[in-house]
Amino acid sequence: MQPVFQRPISLKDVATHFCPGCQHGLIHRLVADAMDHFGVQPQTIGVASVGCSVFLYEYFDIDVVEAPHGRAPAVATGVKRARPDNFVFTYQGDGDLAAIGTSEIIHAANRGELFTAIFVNNTTYGMTGGQMAPTSLPGQRTLTSPEGRDVTIDGYPMRMAEVIAALDGAAYSVRVAVNSPKNILAAAKAIKTAFSYQIEKKGFAFVEVLSACPTNWGMSAVQANERVAKEMIPYFALGTFKEKN
Amino acid sequence: MSERQLVAGNIAVAMGALAAGCRYYFGYPITPQSDIPAYMAGELRKMGGTFIQAESEIASINMLLGASACGFRAMTSSSSPGISLKQEGISYMAGSELPGLIVNICRSGPGLGGIDPSQADYFQAVKTGGHGGYRTVVVAPASVQEMYDLTILAFDLSDRYRMPAVLLADSLVGQMKEALECKPYVPPSDLPAKAWAVTGKQGRKDQRIVKSLFLGEGELERHNWKLWGRAEELKAKEQRSEGKYLDDAQLLVTGFGSAARIAKSAVEMARTAGLKVGYLRPITLFPFPEVAFQQATATCKKVLCVELSTGQMVEDVRLSVARDAEVVFYGRPPGTGSLPTPEELFGQIHKHYGKGA
Ligand SMILES: Cc1ncc(C[n+]2csc(CCOP(=O)(O)OP(=O)(O)O)c2C)c(N)n1
Ligand code: SF4
Repeated sequence: MQPVFQRPISLKDVATHFCPGCQHGLIHRLVADAMDHFGVQPQTIGVASVGCSVFLYEYFDIDVVEAPHGRAPAVATGVKRARPDNFVFTYQGDGDLAAIGTSEIIHAANRGELFTAIFVNNTTYGMTGGQMAPTSLPGQRTLTSPEGRDVTIDGYPMRMAEVIAALDGAAYSVRVAVNSPKNILAAAKAIKTAFSYQIEKKGFAFVEVLSACPTNWGMSAVQANERVAKEMIPYFALGTFKEKN
Repeated sequence: MSERQLVAGNIAVAMGALAAGCRYYFGYPITPQSDIPAYMAGELRKMGGTFIQAESEIASINMLLGASACGFRAMTSSSSPGISLKQEGISYMAGSELPGLIVNICRSGPGLGGIDPSQADYFQAVKTGGHGGYRTVVVAPASVQEMYDLTILAFDLSDRYRMPAVLLADSLVGQMKEALECKPYVPPSDLPAKAWAVTGKQGRKDQRIVKSLFLGEGELERHNWKLWGRAEELKAKEQRSEGKYLDDAQLLVTGFGSAARIAKSAVEMARTAGLKVGYLRPITLFPFPEVAFQQATATCKKVLCVELSTGQMVEDVRLSVARDAEVVFYGRPPGTGSLPTPEELFGQIHKHYGKGA
C-alpha cells in the first residue's frame, strides 16, 4: 500500500512550538513539500527572519542563515550572489517584511534577485504579542490599536503581493491562503510555481500566504480559520498578480 | 613580482581587498569613500565577482553578512553616517561569528557634520557601536601602503578570529597619493577552513546554521564567553604598533592614522631641534598595543596624545601606560580649517617637553 501522508524529507521529525491552530506549521509543510518535489533540499539555504518563524532551522533539515529583523532579503541577496547554484528562500512575517524590512524586500524584488520569498501575512506581530502590523485590517483590535485600527491615524493595510507585482524586477507574485482544502491545494501549487521561477532562473518570486494567528486574534483555532475567509480574503484578494514567462 | 605605482589611499584599500581574494562588494554611495565602490564596480565585474550598489547601508551590511555566511571574503565601505547604519548588522555578524571587512573612511560629525578628516568614530569602532557586547578587529592605516597592507591583514585576522574587521581611516589618508608596492598575497597556511559556512547540506549529516539566537539554558552565556576568549587571544597575539626614537625619549607623542602622520613630522622637527621626543603609533586599535605603551612608559613618563577629535583614543592610552606616566591631550575636533599643522603640534611638544612627571 502507498502511504498517502508522509513527512517531507526536507522537514525534521520534531514537534513545532507554534500555537494550536497557527498556520505557520502548515505553511512550513507546503514549503518542504515543494523542496522535496524539486529535490532541492541538498542545495537549499534558508534565510530565517525574526518573528514566530525564527526557528526555521529547528524544523527544516537544511542549512540556514538567520537575518536581523526585516533584513532577510538583503541577506538572501548576499547568499544567492555568493552561491548562485544553491536554492535560496526567505520566510518572513508581515512585521518583518512589510514594516521594518519594506525597503529590503522591494529592492531585492526590483533587482530581480533569484531567490524566493515566502511571506506570511497574519495581520499582526505574532512573536511580540499581537501589536498592530502594517497588514492589520481597518478596525482590527490589537495591543497597539485597542480601539481598532483607525486608518486616519494608522494608515491602511498594505497589499504586498500587489506592491511586489508592480516592480519590473519581480517575475511572479501571488497571494494564497491555507484556510480550506481547496486553498491549500492552490497554495501548494503556487509555492511550487514560485520555486520553479528560481530553478529555471526566470526571476524573483513572491508568495504571500494569508495565515491565522489564533493566539493574538483572541480566537479559537476554528474561529481564526473562519476569520481568514470572512475578513482577510475580502481585503486581501487571492490571485496571481504577476506571472512573467 | 611587485611593482610600485602612485595611487590614492582609497584605491589601495580596494586593491588590497582584491589581492586578498575578496570578490564580493556591497555598498551605498557616500563621500569621501566613493572611489572605493567606483574601483570595485569596474574590477569586480571584469573578474566575475559581485558588486552591488545596495539601497542603503543597512542592506549592504546584510548582503555582506549573507556572502560571508557562505564562506567567502566580502566587504563593504562607507563613511561615518553610513557606518552608524551598519551597526546592527555588525552586531549580528559578531554574534554569528562571521568575518568580513567594514571600511570607514570617516568624515566629521556628529550628525551630518561635514566631510573633513575626522577621528571621532574611534569609540564607535573600537568600543563597538552595536548592541550586545562584542569586539571587532580594528586597524588604522597611516599611509597608502598601509591602506593596502592592513586591508589584507584585516581579512586574515577577521577570518582567523571569526569576527568582523573594521578599517578606520579618513579622507586625508584615503585621498592622498603615494607610491604603493602591491606585494602579492599569500594566505597564511594555518588559516582554519571555514567548516561552518552554509553550502546547502549536500548530503552532509549535520545542518550548518549561522545564527546569533541562543535560547537554551546557559547557551548564550557560554557563547559570550567563547567570543570573549577569541578577543582575548587576539589581544595576546596581534597587537601592532610603530615606534621611533623610543630609547631615550623624554616625551612620547602618540596618535593614529592621519593625526599620527602630522605628529610624526612634528616629532622629526623636534629631533632636529635636539629634543628627545619619541613616537608611538598604534596600527591595530583593537587590539590596542598596550604592551608597547607599557614598555615605552617604563622610562618615558610623559605622553602627548594627538587626535582629530575632542579625545577618544587618549582613554586607551591612559589605561595602557605605566602608572606613574602622565598623559596629556591635544585635539582638533574635525571641521573645515581644523586640521592641525606639524608646526602647531611642534608647539605642543615644546609646551610639554621637559615639564611634569
Ligand atoms: C530591530 C528589531 N526590532 C524589533 C524586534 C522585535 N520583534 C521581534 S519579532 C517582531 C515582529 C514579528 O511579527 P511578524 O514579522 O509579523 O511575524 P510573526 O511573529 O507574526 O510570524 C518584532 C517587532 C526585533 N527583534 N528587532
Ligand atoms: S503567536 Fe500567532 S503566529 Fe505565533 S505561533 Fe502563535 S499563533 Fe502562530
